[in-house]
Amino acid sequence: MASLELVGVVKRFDATTVIQGVDLRVEDGEFVVFVGPSGCGKSTLLRMISGLEAVTEGELRIDGRRVNDVSAAERGLAMVFQSYALYPHMTVYQNMAFGLENIRTPRSKIETKVRAAAALLHLDALLHRRPTQLSGGQRQRVAIGRAIVREPTVFLFDEPLSNLDAELRVQMRTEITALHQRLKTTMIYVTHDQVEAMTMADKIVVLRGGRVEQIGAPLALYNLPRNRFVAGFIGSPRMNFLSVQVAGVGPDGVRIASDASAMNAAAPLPVRGDAAVGRRATLGIRPEHIHLRRASTGEVGLTARIESLEQLGATSFLYCVLSTGEKLTVQMAGQVESRRGEAVVVSFPADRAHLFDETDDGLAFERLHPRATGRAG
Amino acid sequence: MVNLARMLSATRGRGRLDWTDWASYGYLLVGLVLMFGPVLWLVLSSFKSAAALNEFPPQLLPYGQATVTLPGKSEPLPLYRVKLPDGSTRAMVELRRIGIEATMIDPSQPTEEVKVNIRDREKVREFHLALENYTEIFGKFDFMRFLWNSVFITIVATLFTLIFNAMAAFALSKYRFGGEKWVFLIIISTLMIPPTIILVPNFLVVSELGMLNSPWGVIWPAVATPTGVFLLRQYMLTIPDELLDAARMDHASEWKIFWRIILPLSAPALAVLAIFSVMWRWNDFLWPLIVLSRTENFTLQLALNAFQGELTTQWHYLLAMTVLTLLPVTLVFAFLQRYITTGIASAGIK
Repeated sequence: MASLELVGVVKRFDATTVIQGVDLRVEDGEFVVFVGPSGCGKSTLLRMISGLEAVTEGELRIDGRRVNDVSAAERGLAMVFQSYALYPHMTVYQNMAFGLENIRTPRSKIETKVRAAAALLHLDALLHRRPTQLSGGQRQRVAIGRAIVREPTVFLFDEPLSNLDAELRVQMRTEITALHQRLKTTMIYVTHDQVEAMTMADKIVVLRGGRVEQIGAPLALYNLPRNRFVAGFIGSPRMNFLSVQVAGVGPDGVRIASDASAMNAAAPLPVRGDAAVGRRATLGIRPEHIHLRRASTGEVGLTARIESLEQLGATSFLYCVLSTGEKLTVQMAGQVESRRGEAVVVSFPADRAHLFDETDDGLAFERLHPRATGRAG
Repeated sequence: MVNLARMLSATRGRGRLDWTDWASYGYLLVGLVLMFGPVLWLVLSSFKSAAALNEFPPQLLPYGQATVTLPGKSEPLPLYRVKLPDGSTRAMVELRRIGIEATMIDPSQPTEEVKVNIRDREKVREFHLALENYTEIFGKFDFMRFLWNSVFITIVATLFTLIFNAMAAFALSKYRFGGEKWVFLIIISTLMIPPTIILVPNFLVVSELGMLNSPWGVIWPAVATPTGVFLLRQYMLTIPDELLDAARMDHASEWKIFWRIILPLSAPALAVLAIFSVMWRWNDFLWPLIVLSRTENFTLQLALNAFQGELTTQWHYLLAMTVLTLLPVTLVFAFLQRYITTGIASAGIK
């Protein structure tokens, strides 16, 4: 059990800076997920924590102790690799015992620990098989078992589920969550899949281009994304983004106008705006917050044409296009009777909409009345 | 067996032979004769007696002239079927021959000498395996000592080759350090230097180190081979780095990673190199010839060479010993050749 602290951590490979100053605190027993598109540096960050990659600048502390120069083995962490990295020439038992043998654990103690971990992960019957004789899910469990037997202070997972099929992925996801609840050990988990992040994490760290975009509880990120990138990354299907113009700023929020002629922006968006009238901004609205009906009070209405639709039975997705050519995805509960090419009137509650700067950072406008968001980070 | 028979009798044409069948089988046959003919001849000849070897025209099979040893004669005498002037034929041995006239006697009546024109007689042939070629070399020469020298040099040099080349390959494939590419390039470029060029410098080094006339003088210079380093490095590149990372997280030292992870996983490539190394060291001639000058240190190859006297060569012993010398390499190759193909293939792919 341990807490972990990163202070201004930087990683450079020759001239390229891969991690550009990350500050992060992971509490004891927390399940933290690093999420981001590929190449965002999340795996590098994990490898730096593990000790397999050196820290160029900044400080890395485990339980308050600086560990920058401590070797991977001495840090007391365990890592589960994307490819599982099981030793192919050793049996499951030998794979799990290898680490313990290296720290000269007595043979009887190794046996007890390996058997205990095997029982926990339902690997009892497989101890004498080799990795090649195991299925993907079983290999994954062996990799986790190898981490468990060493009783690490922190577990590190590097995209552990990306090689599994969809069904197994869901199953392993719940197994890892259950494991975390049982062991109550600090876990850091890297993934590019925001669904994994949302379902497993106590705290999500969204990374882009070696920078932390936002840290927070899953719902906090979902409800109050700090910028346009996080808003687009978290949530599936993706949030809709529409280009708008600030039409007026009042005490009850910001009024907007759109080039989409049919936009009826009756209600002001409840965000704090110090912006001048006429300034361009991006409006974000999640597909599930849009309804197929006329705007009533406190809502924003739009006219759109259905380009295609997907009916999944329990939910339906309408892919619409606005008069400006902007795309709009609408998620509906149940089934709909609309057709392709049909013009529809849609609306969404103004207080569900987000407003972002039209700059590279795309920072969100501050909300007037933040809604309850789960545990904010 | 059925599969083998089917494979060997496979044809392109259905029912009858296509011209490609003729071409491919003909090509294979030529190859077989070219490659295997000399070896077969060597093996068959090694079973011929000294007399049969000297016969002209030569026979393929050890099908030599029958001989009879008469009391009072040290050498066995060649047996002939002689047509006598009275029209009868008798089996007689030749005592001596002058020009076209041979003096023959009947073994059953050793006192009666007959002069015969050599056109009136023909050799009595019999199939005879001269196994004594093989049994006698063990008594006549210090064969076991030469064999031991060869085996010792081959095994020790191969073990060292595997360990040292694997260590170099490990460093070159799994560590990043300044000038790593250059080191690799330099190692590979030594392939371009013919061994004869460095013969003298090598000799001087070995001589200065006092390893002349010792098996170590043969072993040490042969241990590091660019081919081995290259082969192993290419193979080790295919071992995922994540395995090494996992081992590092598992408290394994770098030496332990090499010993417990890299070496077992490189087994196919190591097998290939082991086969090569065994063949190289076993068949090595020039370098041992230079380093080893005392007979008791000779390897089999040197002993074979020593058999060729300045005036006479005991071909029957030489051939028998050559066959014995070929055997170990042949066996090694026969049993391990599948490693060569798979090992080279997988070392080359990635």
